[in-house]
Amino acid sequence: MFTDFFFVLKKKGVPVTITEWLSFMEALYKGYFQSSLNHLYYIGRAFLVKSEAYYDMYDLAFQEYFGSIETSSLELDKVMEWLENPLHRLPKLTPEELAEFQKQLEEFRKQHDMEELMRQFRERLKEQKERHDGGSKWIGTGGTSPFGAYGYHPGGIRVGGESWMQSAAKVAGERRFRNYRNDIILDVRQTKMALKRLRELKREGAQEELDIDETIDKTAKEGGEIELVFNRSRENTVRIILLMDTGGSMLPYTELCERLFSAATQMEHFKEFKYYFFHNCIYQDVYEDMANYKRVPTEKLFSNFHKGYKVILVGDARMAYSELFDVNGCIDYFYTNDKPGIEWLMRIRQHFPHSVWLNPTHRNFWGHYTVDTISKIFPMFELTIDGLKDAIKALTSRTRQPVLN
Amino acid sequence: MVDTGKGYRGSEYYIASKPLMEIVNVAIALGKPLVIKGEPGTGKTLLAHSIAEALNKKLIIWNIKSTTKAKDGLYVYDTVQRLNDARFKDKDISDIRQYIKLGKLGQAFKSDEQVVLLIDEIDKADVEFPNDLLNELDEMSFHIPELDEEVTARHRPIVVITSNSEKELPDAFLRRCIFYYIEFPDEEMMERIVRVHYPDIENKLLREALKRFYWIREVDGLRKKPSTSELLDWIKALMLGGISPDKISSEIPFLGTLLKNEQDTGRFVRLSNAQGGFGFKKRF
Ligand SMILES: Nc1ncnc2c1ncn2[C@@H]1O[C@H](COP(=O)(O)OP(=O)(O)OP(=O)(O)O)[C@@H](O)[C@H]1O
Ligand SMILES: [Mg+2]
Repeated sequence: MFTDFFFVLKKKGVPVTITEWLSFMEALYKGYFQSSLNHLYYIGRAFLVKSEAYYDMYDLAFQEYFGSIETSSLELDKVMEWLENPLHRLPKLTPEELAEFQKQLEEFRKQHDMEELMRQFRERLKEQKERHDGGSKWIGTGGTSPFGAYGYHPGGIRVGGESWMQSAAKVAGERRFRNYRNDIILDVRQTKMALKRLRELKREGAQEELDIDETIDKTAKEGGEIELVFNRSRENTVRIILLMDTGGSMLPYTELCERLFSAATQMEHFKEFKYYFFHNCIYQDVYEDMANYKRVPTEKLFSNFHKGYKVILVGDARMAYSELFDVNGCIDYFYTNDKPGIEWLMRIRQHFPHSVWLNPTHRNFWGHYTVDTISKIFPMFELTIDGLKDAIKALTSRTRQPVLN
Repeated sequence: MVDTGKGYRGSEYYIASKPLMEIVNVAIALGKPLVIKGEPGTGKTLLAHSIAEALNKKLIIWNIKSTTKAKDGLYVYDTVQRLNDARFKDKDISDIRQYIKLGKLGQAFKSDEQVVLLIDEIDKADVEFPNDLLNELDEMSFHIPELDEEVTARHRPIVVITSNSEKELPDAFLRRCIFYYIEFPDEEMMERIVRVHYPDIENKLLREALKRFYWIREVDGLRKKPSTSELLDWIKALMLGGISPDKISSEIPFLGTLLKNEQDTGRFVRLSNAQGGFGFKKRF
């Protein structure tokens, strides 16, 4: 019965592994879910989901799988049936997965006395049945059940938003963790976390840093013969240039960009961090301020910064055709550009092979011709936590994608 | 937990939600490390204290810093002391044992009875740190090569690990643990938490303070949202200052206890004067 749940979880995007699934099974064998769906919901989540970012997917899977169960009680016989024959229904496993599953199951059997587990389980089943027939409503009813009664604080069932009174399916239905999903929200803390991955720890230069701990250790181990140990100093060598679009169509994404920007400026993690702004597209100037008053010639980027700098461009890449392809196409009426924007973009890409474009709009809207063109120049990622992670991977990988010609 | 009378059920000064209690009990019963995540001030650290208190067990705390190495938790070989002793020749240095000092994990293993081991803020350490502990936590034992001795847990400690998710924890590590994310308490839960700390608080003051507190937390873009600890400090200040509940709704006395950072205070004041936010928006 439950095996399908494993697949529903996977389908919804919870990265659950067989090891975790078997640990969960162990908990079931030992009866830690009291046959109530509420227990199953929370215990399953604790065993199978290891980040709040996947709680929402878990909720969706739970709803899909258990949502139709009217009462909050589980049919223990069915659980039993599955436990007795775990390989019963696994048609969807690949041969490798099946082999892995079998291997782990063997392990599991070696570690546990199956007879004993089964005996305990039957016992529990009987016990619960008896109590059930006894007439008192006890399953999943929080406060009035024997389990609820053990709630330390008699008054409080609904605690911390984590309701016990409601059926688990309903709790799952609330989808309270929607905002924790990695593919949606991007807050300052998460952004900082993602940016932390942007590191290249290198021991640079001569071996000049005296490693005091090692020296003392070595010296002491040698019984007092002084033994000096030197190291090259180890530091993050990543240098970043952030180029941000402040154009009108970016307005809806202000908050999002603001967060990325504050996260990046708050980090004391990079060897160097530079940022500039532009309006819709880049021409011969970029700006030091958001209001685009303090000009810096784009050429300066090439003369001041070597190709090891990593460049992150942020923008919706959405503009009029002329803004990207035409001389004097700049949206700003008083600004003339003798080279079209696309040439500048390509020069940036050529000079800085480690460059990416973060787009706050959803991938579905990238069909637009300027977006499409720009995404062929720079690898383009969504400005979400997952997108940011992928972008960082691309920035730190050695191979680079060819530039559009 | 199966036996309804036993197990962890919160403690006098700690309010645990029912799901959390369940999970704690399952973790204990199956001997799995429990990883607790949640916003600052959601009671992660306090949970371990509460478990120890409720189950009447000793608590061993291992505070993790950015420089902490997994090995520090096992044992330290105090070579400097040995060197020092060797120089002054007034001690017998041949017995290395006297220079081996057990770390927190080592102490937890060696203990005569089951203890609660709190590994606090594991995410502070290097990304590899949790992986370096995998074996020891799995096998509940480790080897001391200097003595050629095996330290094996006499009683599997109850391991509680907290993380603020500054860094993500490695998958291999998480696979072996049970995971629980403590949600930020809702108003009802918070009311109970406050009452645990200030049993005599006046109802009206508490309600007004909570209303204000949750409202401030809603302000978008704060660098640090005020947490439970800040709320408790603030309420204490309000009580000591004899502030009347009405005053809380018209102004916010002691705002500094809630928002510790100047930028946040600034942002908040600006917003409450209803003048738009960040300079970013003005352009376009
Ligand atoms: N459930 C609770 N019951 C009682 N008091 C609580 C609870 N949760 C939080 N508190 C109060 O909030 C304070 C902060 O809790 P604690 O230090 O455990 O938080 P934390 O989650 O470890 O935070 P951090 O991430 O900053 O380490 C506690 O000292 C306590 O006063
Ligand atoms: Mg803490």
